[in-house]
Amino acid sequence: MEKLKSAMKNVNLPRLIILAFFLLIVALMGVYKLDVLSYLGSVIKYWGMWGILALAMVPSIQCGVGPNFGVSLGIVCGILSGLLAIEFDIAVKVDAILPGFGPWASIIFAIIVGAVIAWFVGVLYGMLLNRVKGDEMTVTTYVGYSAIYLMSIVWFTAPFTSGIIKWALGGKGVRNQINLNTSFGSVLYDAGGFTLFAKEGVTAGIYIPTGLIVFVLLMCFLVFIYMKTKTGKAITAAGSNPQFARASGINVDKMRIRGIALSTALGAIGIIIYAQGYGFIQAYTAPLSMGFQCVAAVLIGGATTRKAKISHVIIGTFLFQGLIIMTPPLSNVMLQGTDISDTMRQIIQNGVILYALTKAKGGVSSEE
Amino acid sequence: MDKPYVLSMKGIEKEYYGNKVLKGVDLYIAPGEIHALMGENGAGKSTLMNILFGMPVIHNTGGFKGVIEVNGEQVNIDSPQKAMELGIGMVHQEFMLIPGFTVTENIKVGREITTPTIASSIFGKKLEALDKRSMAADARTALDTIGLDISEDTMVRGLPVGYMQFIEIAREIDKSGMQILIFDEPTAVLTESEADRLLDAMRTIAAKGIAIIFITHRIDEVMNVTDSMTVLRDGTLVERLITKDTTAARIAELMIGRKVEKLVEDTVDNRTLDDNDIILSLRDYYVDMPGEKVHGIDLDVRRGEILGIGGLAGQGKVGIPNGILGLYEAAGEIVFDGEKINPNKLGDALNKGIAFVSEDRRGVGLLLEETIEQNIVFSAMQVKEDFLHKFGPLKIFDAKAAKAFADDMIQKLDIRCTGSSQYVGRLSGGNQQKVCLARALALAPKLLIVSEPTRGIDIGAKKLVLELLVKLNRETGLTIIVVSSELNELRSLSDRIAIVSDGKLTAMLAPDASDAKYGLAMSGSKAGGEE
Repeated sequence: MEKLKSAMKNVNLPRLIILAFFLLIVALMGVYKLDVLSYLGSVIKYWGMWGILALAMVPSIQCGVGPNFGVSLGIVCGILSGLLAIEFDIAVKVDAILPGFGPWASIIFAIIVGAVIAWFVGVLYGMLLNRVKGDEMTVTTYVGYSAIYLMSIVWFTAPFTSGIIKWALGGKGVRNQINLNTSFGSVLYDAGGFTLFAKEGVTAGIYIPTGLIVFVLLMCFLVFIYMKTKTGKAITAAGSNPQFARASGINVDKMRIRGIALSTALGAIGIIIYAQGYGFIQAYTAPLSMGFQCVAAVLIGGATTRKAKISHVIIGTFLFQGLIIMTPPLSNVMLQGTDISDTMRQIIQNGVILYALTKAKGGVSSEE
Repeated sequence: MDKPYVLSMKGIEKEYYGNKVLKGVDLYIAPGEIHALMGENGAGKSTLMNILFGMPVIHNTGGFKGVIEVNGEQVNIDSPQKAMELGIGMVHQEFMLIPGFTVTENIKVGREITTPTIASSIFGKKLEALDKRSMAADARTALDTIGLDISEDTMVRGLPVGYMQFIEIAREIDKSGMQILIFDEPTAVLTESEADRLLDAMRTIAAKGIAIIFITHRIDEVMNVTDSMTVLRDGTLVERLITKDTTAARIAELMIGRKVEKLVEDTVDNRTLDDNDIILSLRDYYVDMPGEKVHGIDLDVRRGEILGIGGLAGQGKVGIPNGILGLYEAAGEIVFDGEKINPNKLGDALNKGIAFVSEDRRGVGLLLEETIEQNIVFSAMQVKEDFLHKFGPLKIFDAKAAKAFADDMIQKLDIRCTGSSQYVGRLSGGNQQKVCLARALALAPKLLIVSEPTRGIDIGAKKLVLELLVKLNRETGLTIIVVSSELNELRSLSDRIAIVSDGKLTAMLAPDASDAKYGLAMSGSKAGGEE
């Protein structure tokens, strides 16, 4: 009975509405004879690409800062480490010694370097957030924007020498899109992937990117375990009731810094995984609104601005990406002759973000 | 029923999701009458008042059955606005005041007195100027009525809780046409002297013909001030009593349905307390806790005793434990069991074996959004690294051990809940307090400090909590310091009672010392004398 009740509570209304909307779209796609299975494959791909970025929200919400709109700070660290992996040509060099391991070495390098840089940046970011308690939502948003624009200047002037990174003409600064073919592009997406239900002439089937799924779930599991450790529990307590945490001898500011540093590091790892799925690193303002999308995903998944679980990340990212990916092709066939699919995508995406934010309630105590 | 009642509620029934919380309750109040609504937590008092005040929570859950009459006319109160129009006011337990406004502004907010200006003659009434002088005069009258001696220009932010309560009341009585005023446990957060003044204010208000519904746990106050009362138990009407025809014991008996003896039963006491075996000593000890400052105290606590610390609110007794635990800045020498404690190092006292149950149960004592289990094991996990699987540097929460311990505590302390996975925010005050105690005990402390252990919990639970403290002391030899505003409580369980006044220790008294001595000590007179 108790189980049933908590299950009922998990299926909250906003999530139910989004789920119903998603199912409606899938059904309509069937009606219009679109290749639903292949689109579902895309949803899985994008779920994998966004999963870790959305996961970055968990430690920041749990430590009391709330949704980390400033995850872009971690994203730029990840972009930097990805570019370094290309600049040092790690994939090619390792491939020469251990054939086939080049891309892996490249992505592992990018992940580790990115996470380490982001952790340090995150510590500074956490110290900033400790000075603006109560206004975190606004501050994180602006930190996110500032980080992207500040780094745009850096990208424009950075002394990279790799021909893949530099502008083809001119020879200085970073391109808009950096091809990952020769480094770690698709490395997780291709690993152990296979296609289900493919039928010649009917459907391309669902592509299951095993490596990507396993990696995302692994990261989720690691964060899950971390939140179950002594430190993780202290972070959660500091977020949920700072006074209580203090009375148990916990340094609340320190815990908030740890949560934010972890969130920022996950942002760095997240963008690398995103880029390998996308095939390109996007510099400059491309990641500007990524923070919003991550926040929207976990909120739809059932998180509040004060409490977030791993399950919220997994479910929320799937629903959110599902909506963004399935709507444009459907609107294209439903509103034939118009070319508004991208406009539709923007409307759906921002509409869902807005909806998720209006539904973001406090924790259990405010339900009464 | 020939007496004209200002309010009659007849046959009120209410259920929440199939759970009947009121089973046909009647309530009658005459003008100018002070009527107590009594009952343990969960008896249905709040629900009944929510119905009377037209709170949305009632109408969102299917409304109620029964009839409400105001001045003999049947009314349909479907919103708090409607209740206010009918002249029903409520003084809330949690204050609804705007901290950045002055006392006057808080009293007059929404009902400002205005004078026309040039702008208002063009653009309408919204642009009229405030008539600050008459507003201040009105506020002054309301404050004088209840005998609150502060300037009406004071900013509300930073005032002691007791004052805020009075400002709430002043706001209600300032409204014209007020007929019925509900006081929801107004004295719970007040000190004894403030409570006395509040009772005087209630008499004054009632004398003006306003009927008062007084919700409280404190029977002595009811005996003191009310004309009549309605006693509820488990959602049913037990009895309507006339105060002067009854006794305190009878009321308590009706409320809890069992006989009430003194607060703590006598227990076998085979402790030997040694005046030279000091577990905690404070020398020249200062704490900078807002509203509870400590100005230089010397105090010795003997191993194995229960020491009471009493005194009026705001005099510093609560500051003593908060300083030791490092929650507020403190200075002076603290020696605990032969070791020095640095009060400005958070967690130092905890690590050395002092556990603390805070007076602010919901604010400091609990993680309301977490389960009972998490609350009970949290401190021990953080401080002593219990309930953790250790894999090298990795320390992962041991859910199994935690649950076993929590279940054990739930049984030992008789915490009434649906299981260790219930959220503490849903527990009653008494059970929440037991969770706090369980959390402190999980630390296996050498010294337990309990601050205001029975604040805001009902008689039955109060007795259980106090008995539990005595049992712990007698059976395990645990040294306990109890800080409390309720002298009666301290006297029934302590071996010695230290009285703090104006941040200083004024007397160390035996529990059976005379009331006069206690009164003298609490008022700050040094002539309190030794035990």
